[in-house]
Amino acid sequence: MTGTPSSGETEARASVILEQHAGPLSRAMARLRGHNFVVANLLMGPTMLWLVLFLILPLGVILVYSFGSRGTYGDVILGFSFDNYLRAFNPTWLPIILRSFGFAAVATILTLLLGYPLAYFIAVYGGRRKNIYLIMVMLPFWTSYLIRTYSWIVILRSQGVINTVLMWTHLTSNPIEILNTPYSVILGLTYGFLPFMTLPLYASLEKLDKSLIEAAWDLGATRFWALMKVTIPLSLPGIIAGTLLTFIPAVGDFITPDLLGGPNTMMIGNLIQQQFLSARDWAYGSALSFSLMAILLLGIFFYVRKAGAENLA
Amino acid sequence: MKRLDKELRVMVVDGLGGPMTRRGFIKRAGAAGLLVGASGFLAACGGGETTTTTAAGGGGGELAKELYFYNWSDYIAEETIPTFQDEFGVKVVYDNYSSNDTLLAKLQSGATGYDIIVPTDYMITTMLGLDLLQEIDLANVPNVANLYQRFREAPFDPGNKYSIPWQWGTTGIGYNSVKVPDFKPSWDMLWDEKYKGKITMMNEIRDVFAVALFRLGYSPNTIDPKEIEEAKQMLIAQKPVLKHYTSDTYIDELASEDSWLSHGWSGDVLQAQMENEAVLYAVPEEGSLTWVDCMCIPKGAPSKYTAEVFMNYIQQPEVAAGITNYVYYASPNEKAEEFILPEILDDPQIYPPQEVMDKLTFLEELGTDTELYNAAYQELRAS
Repeated sequence: MTGTPSSGETEARASVILEQHAGPLSRAMARLRGHNFVVANLLMGPTMLWLVLFLILPLGVILVYSFGSRGTYGDVILGFSFDNYLRAFNPTWLPIILRSFGFAAVATILTLLLGYPLAYFIAVYGGRRKNIYLIMVMLPFWTSYLIRTYSWIVILRSQGVINTVLMWTHLTSNPIEILNTPYSVILGLTYGFLPFMTLPLYASLEKLDKSLIEAAWDLGATRFWALMKVTIPLSLPGIIAGTLLTFIPAVGDFITPDLLGGPNTMMIGNLIQQQFLSARDWAYGSALSFSLMAILLLGIFFYVRKAGAENLA
Repeated sequence: MKRLDKELRVMVVDGLGGPMTRRGFIKRAGAAGLLVGASGFLAACGGGETTTTTAAGGGGGELAKELYFYNWSDYIAEETIPTFQDEFGVKVVYDNYSSNDTLLAKLQSGATGYDIIVPTDYMITTMLGLDLLQEIDLANVPNVANLYQRFREAPFDPGNKYSIPWQWGTTGIGYNSVKVPDFKPSWDMLWDEKYKGKITMMNEIRDVFAVALFRLGYSPNTIDPKEIEEAKQMLIAQKPVLKHYTSDTYIDELASEDSWLSHGWSGDVLQAQMENEAVLYAVPEEGSLTWVDCMCIPKGAPSKYTAEVFMNYIQQPEVAAGITNYVYYASPNEKAEEFILPEILDDPQIYPPQEVMDKLTFLEELGTDTELYNAAYQELRAS
């Protein structure tokens, strides 16, 4: 038995080899564990706790509920069935789903068209007043979204500001009906989410190296082509962030269609809200929420992948 | 029940020029909270008073130091609570909600600590089904004898075992008598092509179906899928003439003449009337709904006996009349009549005449069959 080393010898030899070859690495890891790792955990802790308490846990509750069913009096009976998901993918909801995505898409495009020049102006020509402009973009956030949406009712209604001016100037003889139409909902969404588009756009335009644009000019590009070939591609991360920040909450919005909408403007958010409140079918509402989330996540995955690839090209 | 907070409304209407009821505001804010925070989770964090149940039942007891009263907003007279506090030495902690859905969601998610809540008739059945209420010891509420007979034997709680009525009203049509000169008290008005774009319906599942069911001559509590389907088709046919579905903004729309015909609650329409005299309220001939909000004691109430003493106090004729004189809703208290202002007692919009009363029905909690209405309503709204 002399030819083969004992297991103790093997271990000792192995540790020596480790000490010799992986010494710096393991020492670094030890340091990380001993010091930085603890600090990192301490710093991460509150955020993780917050995420677990207010994101993971509620999502878990919704997930569990979504497999349950409605009790006789609107309570949730826990169980395991896919009935709610089968009901969620009901052709009846197709108009609501198409409408929600349609409204959100139009609103996102409008916020991009409005927000891009605004962000560009602030980033490039803002100068010393940059902060004032930015505060003006954010100022509406200081008022409740509800109150701001209510004030659109005052502006749009038939006895409202717009119609009063139109009729006073004799541009129209009868009030035009804007409120309680799809147009007023899209307008409300566009207005509400404009800052969500403007701020990320501003952030990426602000970082943009101006000498690249000048280089484009020097190389004979017109202002238009410099914008198309240099500025816009370089601000793509901002555009992606802005469209996501606008589109996702806009699809699920229920306050705007509720307040500014008409008989035919119900969106997914309203449908889900109704399950939780008046219909008292939390299980079904949970399944609808999860289905919406799944569809959105899938969409975002492909969008980011595609947009990301274009960004690199 | 559906009275809006005057102060906030004045603030918003005068300040911003915008219509808003506190009820609508809280309803939406609450809904947002529910959707964001995984349903009951946030609500559960809300009412965190400790629960120390006093000996349940039993004739007497000692008055607690505090009474937690959870009621609809702006639904009480100014002097109601201060007088009780002075008389009984109990501090009343007064808190408000804005819809039965909010109240139920809060109780269901485990909020305890309230001694008295004021749900609407059908919601009492729901809450009993969910085992959320406790029996009232009527020996402590002798003034229950002051109630009209029909409130002593209400279908949802005969004998007032679990509920003591607070105030009641009806559902009907609020209309602008100048813009709609040919108004007749019929649900047909809400289908009239002449008033296209000036008609609103409530955004309440059962209430909306009740309108079509009454118009078809069926019961608003039917569970016959064929009748509900017929009602749904009738409501789909109504959509082109509708401005929108709303349970709160119609008050201001009636007042500002943006809407001329609104399906709504009696008290709400009377609010609009205070601002615009042309607005009137009528209960259609085909029949309509009546509702009554009642004081109940939730399970886990800290001071049941004090709650019963408070209920008895409310049913003193002068106190009950005081509330009606202030909030303009009808009182369930018959003995209160002599203290109620004559202009309220004689107003058919608040106290309907007998022939109208005969056609009023309560909504009933339908249990599992509620889903028939839920599904039909969503198909209606999605169409």
